[in-house]
Amino acid sequence: MIAAARRERPGFTWAAPAVLFFLALGILPVFAVVYLSFTKWNGLGDPQWIGLDNWKSITDDPDLVNGIVKTVTLTVVSWLLQTPLALLIGVWAAGPQRGRAALSTLFFLPLLLSTAAISLTFVSLLDPNFGLAADYGKYVGFADGNFLGSDHALYVVAFVVAWQFVPFHTLLYQSATRQIPRSLYEAAQIDGATGVRQFFAITLPQLRNTIIASSVLMLVGSLTYFEMILLMTNGGPGTATRVLPLHMYIKGFVGFDMGYASVLAVLLVAVGTALSVVVVRSTGYHRMASDREGA
Amino acid sequence: MRRTVLKVVAASAVLTLASACGNSGPGTGSGAAGADVQVWALEDAAVNPIATRSIADFNAGTGDNVKLVTYVNDAYKQKLQVAMGSPQAPDVFFNWGGGNLKQFVDAKQVEPLDDLLAKNPGLTDKFLPSVMDVGKVGGKQYGLPMIGVLPVVLFINKDVFAKAGVQPPTTYAELLNLIDVFKSKGITPIALAGSQGWTELMWLEYLLDRIGGVDKFKAIVDGRDGAWTDPAVVKSLGEIQNLVKRGAFGSNYASVNYDNQGASKLFATGKAAMHLMGTWDYSVQKDANPKFITDGKLGYVGFPAYEGGAGDPKAVVGNPSNYYSINAGSKNKAVATDFLAKSLTSDAYINGLIEAGQVPPVKGIEATLKAKPNSEFTTFTYDLVAGAPSFTQSWDQALSPSVSAELLTNLQKLFINKITPDEFAGNMAKVK
Repeated sequence: MIAAARRERPGFTWAAPAVLFFLALGILPVFAVVYLSFTKWNGLGDPQWIGLDNWKSITDDPDLVNGIVKTVTLTVVSWLLQTPLALLIGVWAAGPQRGRAALSTLFFLPLLLSTAAISLTFVSLLDPNFGLAADYGKYVGFADGNFLGSDHALYVVAFVVAWQFVPFHTLLYQSATRQIPRSLYEAAQIDGATGVRQFFAITLPQLRNTIIASSVLMLVGSLTYFEMILLMTNGGPGTATRVLPLHMYIKGFVGFDMGYASVLAVLLVAVGTALSVVVVRSTGYHRMASDREGA
Repeated sequence: MRRTVLKVVAASAVLTLASACGNSGPGTGSGAAGADVQVWALEDAAVNPIATRSIADFNAGTGDNVKLVTYVNDAYKQKLQVAMGSPQAPDVFFNWGGGNLKQFVDAKQVEPLDDLLAKNPGLTDKFLPSVMDVGKVGGKQYGLPMIGVLPVVLFINKDVFAKAGVQPPTTYAELLNLIDVFKSKGITPIALAGSQGWTELMWLEYLLDRIGGVDKFKAIVDGRDGAWTDPAVVKSLGEIQNLVKRGAFGSNYASVNYDNQGASKLFATGKAAMHLMGTWDYSVQKDANPKFITDGKLGYVGFPAYEGGAGDPKAVVGNPSNYYSINAGSKNKAVATDFLAKSLTSDAYINGLIEAGQVPPVKGIEATLKAKPNSEFTTFTYDLVAGAPSFTQSWDQALSPSVSAELLTNLQKLFINKITPDEFAGNMAKVK
């Protein structure tokens, strides 16, 4: 950004197209939504200014509290389920074993499928009378195959979410593991460290930034995550899987209460931003501190 | 998603500026006088060709230039919501009547059709009155029926009934008795796609109609105080929970989905004995389980009478029809009204609908129905609707979108015993 650096480094002008796009499609709508949150609008005619009424009605919306609880639960369960799995498969897939390439390809298949296709497939697989749920439900404590209609529906959804996204995070861990210098492992071997010891003493610390990056993606992703839930349970049974983004969608595009839906949208933007800032700050990720020798 | 609306608004504003000369779609024939008159409707493989034909006939006869523009179901409501009141709005638009139509009327965007009906007295006499009523808002006609009737009926698996040696229910007490009989035989008494609230809603619609009569729901639609907490409503909700407790729907109904035929298949394969569903399920079964129909195993009856209930046992609920209404801001109102008057009751259009397996809501078509395929079922449907003193529109379409969204959520909770009837009534009374 300084004049002296101009010749070696691109200036702000280089970023202008991206910044303009981001302003027009990212920042501007946020302001529009803030405005809408002070209005009453069902999508017909012009929004009417009603001041703080929408914001006041937050307190008597039981689904909001429920939505926050479900969102946090889904986020935590997703993280606990996906991170260890993706990390282990990723580290394994970065190694030199035989048949690794073929198996890795299989692991990455879910990445190629659309969310809608995955959701509809799982709805059919989980049909309590004709799907796999009917035959195998009894082995996992669902004697009548009642998965998506039970109180545990949120965990079933979390499982399907994991099925879709573990491959993506695996890919991150795989490439990051391949970046770790061989010399570290060679030195450890000379010192007599076992494979397990090498994993905990070298691989895991070296992957610290990748774990943070993948976690940020998961956390922020889970705040905007709703299409699979919409297609699988539509928030049901009752409100058992109605996460905050879905609650916003139902208020806005099913109930056509755009004003209140905008309040929820503003909350989501605020929470999402705060969450990423907290994660990035608290982990020192923003310094992009490198653990490499000589870097 | 919320951004989409704003973007669409912005985009349509841009388009308006860009297309000052009017946008003519592809393939406009020459020689047509006057401006394009746009008719918006849903994508419907069966009905669109008939509509297109009737529009072509109309254009040829009058020299006008009416055009059909269709959208897929889910996008349509949002698209219409955004377009109405903008210069991009249609001249004639498809709607669901009732509450769906009412919000456009409230926004002063719909043209009343009373003049049109006064000029064409034959029109009012032609349609079935119970179906015409749903096109009225505040006593004025704003929409005309443009498609077949789709009442909700109780489908019966004759095979299962014969094996159990029982008859279809005519009273609610018989229905309860049947539930115990089928349950003891290890058959799910009633198929229910309980992962979707609208399938559960059919039970509440019929129970309230039978227990309290049509006025109870009218009070709810009008937004009267205490309409939701009325004893008849609470009693109907209680009956629903009794059905659930009795095992009427089995134990895993909350996981069953209608869209992938989870309930229809359960019923067709004889794993369930009955299925309360709109008459469109007949077409679903015809496509998915044709043998079920050709073997004569599919039966159907009206919803049973409720002993001591205030409602008429002949009354029906469901989707009376879909409607065409005229945009109040249209520049081509004369052509639009002319189009409605001439094409909706033309023999070609009505016969076309019957050909496609529909049951149009017009009088005097019994003979035509009998001469066509599936006559047994279409005749049953026609007689049911023609003999009905009232045709209550599906609640999720009759009520405003925000109320129906809340209604379906509460109903799901009621069906899995998360809330009591009183809590349900209380929750709904709070919704604006």
